[in-house]
Amino acid sequence: MAIDWQPSASIETLRERARLMASVRSFFAQRDVLEVETPVLGQGGSTDVHLVSLHTLARTGRGQRRLWLQTSPEFHMKRLLAAGSGPIFQLAKSFRDGEIGTRHNIEFTMLEWYRPQFTLDKLIDETATLVMSLLPNFPGPLVHYRYRELFHTHLAIDPFTTSLEKLRAIAAERAQMSAHTLADEGRDTCLDLLMSVVIEPQLGQHELSVVVDYPASQAALARRHQDADGQWVASRFELYLNGVELANGYDELTDAAEQRARFAADNAERRRLGLPEVDVDERLLAALEHGMPEGAGVALGVDRLIQLALGKARLEDVLAFSMSNC
Amino acid sequence: MANYSTNEFKGGLKVMLDGDPCSIVENELVKPGKGQAFNRVKLRNLMTGRVGEKTFKSGDSLEGADVMDLEMEYLYTDGDMWHFMKTDGSFEQYAVEKKALGDTEKWLKEQVPYTITLWNDKAISVTPPNFIELEVVETDPGLKGDTAQGGSKPATLSSGAVVRVPLFINQGEVLKVDTRSGEYVSRA
Repeated sequence: MAIDWQPSASIETLRERARLMASVRSFFAQRDVLEVETPVLGQGGSTDVHLVSLHTLARTGRGQRRLWLQTSPEFHMKRLLAAGSGPIFQLAKSFRDGEIGTRHNIEFTMLEWYRPQFTLDKLIDETATLVMSLLPNFPGPLVHYRYRELFHTHLAIDPFTTSLEKLRAIAAERAQMSAHTLADEGRDTCLDLLMSVVIEPQLGQHELSVVVDYPASQAALARRHQDADGQWVASRFELYLNGVELANGYDELTDAAEQRARFAADNAERRRLGLPEVDVDERLLAALEHGMPEGAGVALGVDRLIQLALGKARLEDVLAFSMSNC
Repeated sequence: MANYSTNEFKGGLKVMLDGDPCSIVENELVKPGKGQAFNRVKLRNLMTGRVGEKTFKSGDSLEGADVMDLEMEYLYTDGDMWHFMKTDGSFEQYAVEKKALGDTEKWLKEQVPYTITLWNDKAISVTPPNFIELEVVETDPGLKGDTAQGGSKPATLSSGAVVRVPLFINQGEVLKVDTRSGEYVSRA
């Protein structure tokens, strides 16, 4: 069989990709946001239960060490913020094991930026401005949705008060799953499933959709606050275009003790599920203890944005070499 | 049979689902930014031919199905079963039920090779070649001079299929037909 050595993307697409990357850089240059480069490897990794980190062994000055390949450049960038960098952005290679599909590649490029003193709303506006500036055609207005409202509209249920039993039944039915598959699953898995399978495909059609007020349990590294209904929610947003999740932003958690507790909770959940624990990033925690300025940050899947901007069917159509022939 | 995990689900892989052998058509990873990963999988049920969608937790697995496609020539029917013979020189024969034959019944011609799908060594479906040459056994008389454009009429072929053909086609002519669309292609 002939060896598949040809690029996944056409050379013409790679030219377009380079042009879009240059536009991203000039967008931030005009706004005095500093471009930074941080390591792909780290001694601490992401504890997020649903991300599978790659790791490698390296001979370091202190002997052979396990180093983690970043799932996003978040931790290193937050240490720069704590050191007084001011607003920063990065186009960073990131890695998430097992994630392969028409919108996923294990190795991908993340655009991540942090805005000290920004509110979440201000960052939503900036993210939408950037996305619109890169698309060849105006995608439509920026439309805001609350997580709760989306579940009311598309599923006629309240994501916060519907019983777990009912959530499991609805999720299994709408996602065409065998009911027993969800028997051990909690609320978040059922909600994620309904969000991904039922709601997401409807978002970002002739508009740019932004979703806010996620359940507090889905906060990850975001703060939590009480919404207009008195419900505790995550201070987090996601941006959707053409049914594709493009960006995920946080009003960043700056409380070191709270961060340490969430890392510990993640690892406890990992133990419960029989998943490997991940080394907690002590340097990030030390930076938070020193003090990171309040502000907002967002991560955007650049490959997906380029895919949408160029109207390509598969992520690999915009990658020089995808996982299948890297 | 071996078990296959969702990350091994590829187009064409044969797996067992709810007791029926299925062929995977498409497998898409669904992964909310901060949530668990799932796989949305399109499968064709090989017994019914129907395509359906199903969601699995990433990492879940299905048992492989002992399904294979073999090339066999059509021999004859005894009215009850349809008999085919392997083209690999083994002369091994398989009898196929009407249910497994399905729509292919109207495209049968002796000595033409068909793709027979076997599950646990039993024929479950028969796929005709994409193009087949068949004789017109019945159609209205051809219209002289009308060779270029316009109009069509039904023609019954030797296998029993009825296809739309141009007006100039006559009974007794052999035609090339696309079995996927059931459309006339040309004179053979």
